[in-house]
Amino acid sequence: MSTLTVDRRDFLKMGTVAGAGLLVGFHLNALAADDPAEEQEKKTPNPFNAWVHVTPDNHVTLILEKSEMGQGIMTALPMILAEEVCVDWKSVRVEQAPTNPKVYNHGTGGSGSVASCWLPMRRAGAAAREMLIAAAAARWNVNPNTCVAQDGGVLHGSRKNFLTYGELVEDAAKQPIPNLNTVPLKNSDNFSIVGRGKPRLEGVAKTNGTARFGIDSRAPGMQFAVVARCPVFGGKVKSFDAANAKAVKGVCEVFAIEPVAAGAFTAGGVAVVADSSWAAMRGRKALQVSWDKGPHVGESSESLRKQFVDNAGKPGKAVRNDGDADAVLASATKKVEATYEFPFAAHATMEPMNCTVHIRPDSAEAWVPTQAPQWAQDVIAGVSKLPKEKIVVNTTLMGGGFGRRYMGDFVMEAAQISKVTGKPVMVLWTREDDMQHDFYRPASYHHFCGVLDEKGQLAAWKHFQTSTSIEAMWSPKGEEQAEKSEFATAAFIPYQTPNYRVEYTLAKSGVPRAWWRSVEHSTSGFVVECFVDELAAAAGADPLDFRLRLIGDDRKIPDFTNPNEGKPLDTARLKGVLKLAAEKAKWGSPLPNGVARGIAGYFSFNTYTAAVAEVSLKNGSPKVHRLVYAVDCGRPVNPDGIRAQVEGAAIYGLSAALHDAITIQGGRVVQSNFNDYQMPRIGDAPRTEIHIVESKEEPTGIGEPGLPVVAASVCNAIYGLTKKRVRRLPIRSGDLA
Amino acid sequence: MAIIFTLNGKSQSVDVDPQMPLLWVLRDTLNMTGTKFGCGMALCGACTVHINGEAARSCTTPISAVSGKKITTIEGLSADGSHPVQQAWVEIDVPQCGYCQCGQIMSAAALLSKKASPTDDEIDDFMSGNICRCGTYQRIRKAIHRAAELQSAQGKTA
Repeated sequence: MSTLTVDRRDFLKMGTVAGAGLLVGFHLNALAADDPAEEQEKKTPNPFNAWVHVTPDNHVTLILEKSEMGQGIMTALPMILAEEVCVDWKSVRVEQAPTNPKVYNHGTGGSGSVASCWLPMRRAGAAAREMLIAAAAARWNVNPNTCVAQDGGVLHGSRKNFLTYGELVEDAAKQPIPNLNTVPLKNSDNFSIVGRGKPRLEGVAKTNGTARFGIDSRAPGMQFAVVARCPVFGGKVKSFDAANAKAVKGVCEVFAIEPVAAGAFTAGGVAVVADSSWAAMRGRKALQVSWDKGPHVGESSESLRKQFVDNAGKPGKAVRNDGDADAVLASATKKVEATYEFPFAAHATMEPMNCTVHIRPDSAEAWVPTQAPQWAQDVIAGVSKLPKEKIVVNTTLMGGGFGRRYMGDFVMEAAQISKVTGKPVMVLWTREDDMQHDFYRPASYHHFCGVLDEKGQLAAWKHFQTSTSIEAMWSPKGEEQAEKSEFATAAFIPYQTPNYRVEYTLAKSGVPRAWWRSVEHSTSGFVVECFVDELAAAAGADPLDFRLRLIGDDRKIPDFTNPNEGKPLDTARLKGVLKLAAEKAKWGSPLPNGVARGIAGYFSFNTYTAAVAEVSLKNGSPKVHRLVYAVDCGRPVNPDGIRAQVEGAAIYGLSAALHDAITIQGGRVVQSNFNDYQMPRIGDAPRTEIHIVESKEEPTGIGEPGLPVVAASVCNAIYGLTKKRVRRLPIRSGDLA
Repeated sequence: MAIIFTLNGKSQSVDVDPQMPLLWVLRDTLNMTGTKFGCGMALCGACTVHINGEAARSCTTPISAVSGKKITTIEGLSADGSHPVQQAWVEIDVPQCGYCQCGQIMSAAALLSKKASPTDDEIDDFMSGNICRCGTYQRIRKAIHRAAELQSAQGKTA
């Protein structure tokens, strides 16, 4: 399991400890083999209630417990279920599970859905299949072992003895539920759905306007609200005058909502409730608010950078210390040194944050585009004081998530407003709200020192990092263990060295931070894969050969940051993707003048990814022509979905390489919309080729692992072109000249 | 005062603030939610519709400006998803989150109505106003070429 999931678990505990009543029942692996018996019992619902609905006329509906944000989980998880249930894929429909953490593991993030649900979904599907077989065998009075399930029915002997699931389901649901730990699973050689590329099930609805996102939720008598929030982080309302806002046609009510400090982390502010989104926005424009700007008004990107530089001038907390890197560095005649810098980055989902909530005196209903419906339910329970059982949370499609929609802030605001109005209300964020009140990818600063011995081996590797840690914000002990969320694979690099030191110092900031697609890997992948490239150049070695040599023998490196739950890094698989990407990109073959290649390989979310970028310069700016990927994410469940995720991560990574920079001035975000926070456009999109390793290992993550290698391979290619090292993102033309 | 225009082939009358953008009239007044809000400043293209056959950003088009004009939204591009661009989008499995795709499709349809067989550069140029944060650009390009083929085949059989 990824470190990200662990962080979220800590965050869950924090919520309960802090009494905020957040995130209950978040056990990703609750159906795993080593669960205690009672957990097993609690978590073994009748599969015909929880997972597989069959009507007498043979309509099969599979239930999805995870949230669809574009990553294709609405297709991949049902494929796994359908494989074991043995139904015709073409006949399958999928329905979102009701929000019920006693039965379902809803939280969607950390590239963990296929990995964590692979076994539970297989077992649930197999249990349903065995119960259908048992029902058929009983009907025919034959041994179940003589019956087989296929194409949505059970067969005994000749085709004459075939009963459809529709004919069997009523009896099947009454059969004893098999022990999930021992229920026979299908032989993977016989898979007919898993491993075959399937188009996304909701694809047609996304091409004709019928797909319903959170923002498309409509309830009778519904109102629309926007919130005036203090633009400075940590600020609050001092006073406000609603007269002009109320004079706007369509505005119904204007009132203050309180900020919620821990957990949901809302800014509070003044809610403007109206009969249309437009009227609410106009009302907010007319509203007069005086702000108490709070304690962070002096923060700026410059002040933060000064803190980074000051921190880097002093030793940090030793996160890892193998051998004595400092002694080797002190006596080295030739050191390689580099400093890398990253700004905050915004998620910028295409669908701005929104949430629709209706709190009634005795019950509540919500329509939430969320990665964490169980948390949304808890937030609404906290505000409404209603028992969770009385709160229906409908998880809608999401117009992008990338980690942003794990949060409870937008739910909290909608709940607070509906609690006052008693009516269904959609809180809608404008793009400016979304850009200026995000939970950002942390800003960070890294200093590296490396020493190569006379044989070209890595004698020492030292990595100092200072950053605005995610852990420091979300965990009660965050400041004491702020490094926990900031390194991941950068604290267990595959490059062998006897002297390996990692240090960390927390940088204080009032800017909210959280999980941004690939989280700490987005920066860790960049610094590790750029610095090793610098070492290769210092050694006069080919970057691919150098990596393979430093990785060395086949071995499994324990996950240093999460030794109990993290899977080890398998160097054979990492070398495998590096070689495959290089081979497919014809690494080392001649290129046209003015074009160069760069390579990077990285382990994240238990997946191995390598990319070769082909880059040229156009008017002083990098132009990425081609990205050749090799990915090993274990057994590929939906190969076309995997390709889509890597294609998408390539563009998200390119966005970080070329554009993403949130800057702070006066304690607030400078950028406000897509004019000053640029996105890659279609003309920036390289030709992306994805080569998937045919593996029989357990499936691992794919939503995020495509990202960390993008900026690194691009910047390593830029070095090939210009002999300039890009050491801060986004890439600036001035750094290439 | 009522503003009258043609919406997906039918006459439509609305009585709203004349400054209200077409986007919000569609979404909040008429409950036609296929057209999406992305930026409110004509920067992202999620709200793209056709006004008299031209691609236009509905988030910055006041409703008063469409009086007497013909508006086509994603809901009216075809009755049954049979527009060549929609067919190609499904065939190539373009959407990921899908939020921007109605706008992408409306832009692509406008492009193909002017240029039966656009080159990659022409596609990149025309489609540059539509952001996709999921990064489906490579498939969008491929699907527009495919839609051009489908459109041309339909033209030949018609």
